[in-house]
Amino acid sequence: MLQGIPITSVLIVSAFMFFAGVCGFIIRRNMITILMSIELILNAVNINMVVFNKFLFPDQLQGQFFALFIVGIAAAEASVAIALVINIYRRLNSISVDKVNEMKY
Amino acid sequence: MALNVLMFYLLSAVIVICSVLTITTTRILRAAFYLLCVLVATAGFYFMVDYQFMAGVQLVLYAGGIVVLIIFSILLTSHISHKFAKPEASRLIMGVLVGVSGFALSTAAILKFTFTPTTNPAMKVDMQAIGLQLLGTGKNGYVLPFEVISILLLAAMIGAIIIAKKGK
Repeated sequence: MLQGIPITSVLIVSAFMFFAGVCGFIIRRNMITILMSIELILNAVNINMVVFNKFLFPDQLQGQFFALFIVGIAAAEASVAIALVINIYRRLNSISVDKVNEMKY
Repeated sequence: MALNVLMFYLLSAVIVICSVLTITTTRILRAAFYLLCVLVATAGFYFMVDYQFMAGVQLVLYAGGIVVLIIFSILLTSHISHKFAKPEASRLIMGVLVGVSGFALSTAAILKFTFTPTTNPAMKVDMQAIGLQLLGTGKNGYVLPFEVISILLLAAMIGAIIIAKKGK
């Protein structure tokens, strides 16, 4: 409990965000929107880490550091994914995942 | 109602509405904008729990870095006026089913569990404490993951340049 805000309500908001990301990952067919869904998922995890740190263990900083490292990994992942998307667009003229099946058979 | 509780509900509403709009809008640039709203509201959460450094990192790296990268790649790969076709019904049903059932399951688990906070006195989180722990080698030191992630970022940077450069 932090000044009238219970931990469960924050966790429910972040769970909603996580499953919105999962849902978008399944529904969307465009590579960049799939990347956005992944960012939503990672961001929800970050909120969880920080909130657990602040509400349950305020004498330590573990959650905050994990969130920091997750942000760093998300940046690396986004840069590599966007490089791949640009390369695929250059070769196939499309970034729909339905059309990127050249190596499948 | 206290002002900070009101602020919490405001930020939660922004996060919930904009994350739904991110995955449902038919225009890709608007999806990027709604994602930006979600990330900025998350930074507001971090400000609310008094982690200013984390909020700054969120704003600079996520809202400033990743979203700009995404918008650039959108502008390079699709027309602004381009609209998505509606997703197929089967995929839509599957996605919504997975989302709703997962959300219901995790909400039930959260509501059932009793969280017991530690009784130790709270630590004062200032820049000095963060810096000392991030580069410390002793107990509560994080210098090894720090170095690992710096190598990972270097590898990702070189990999991104090599993948995206034009072949001869």
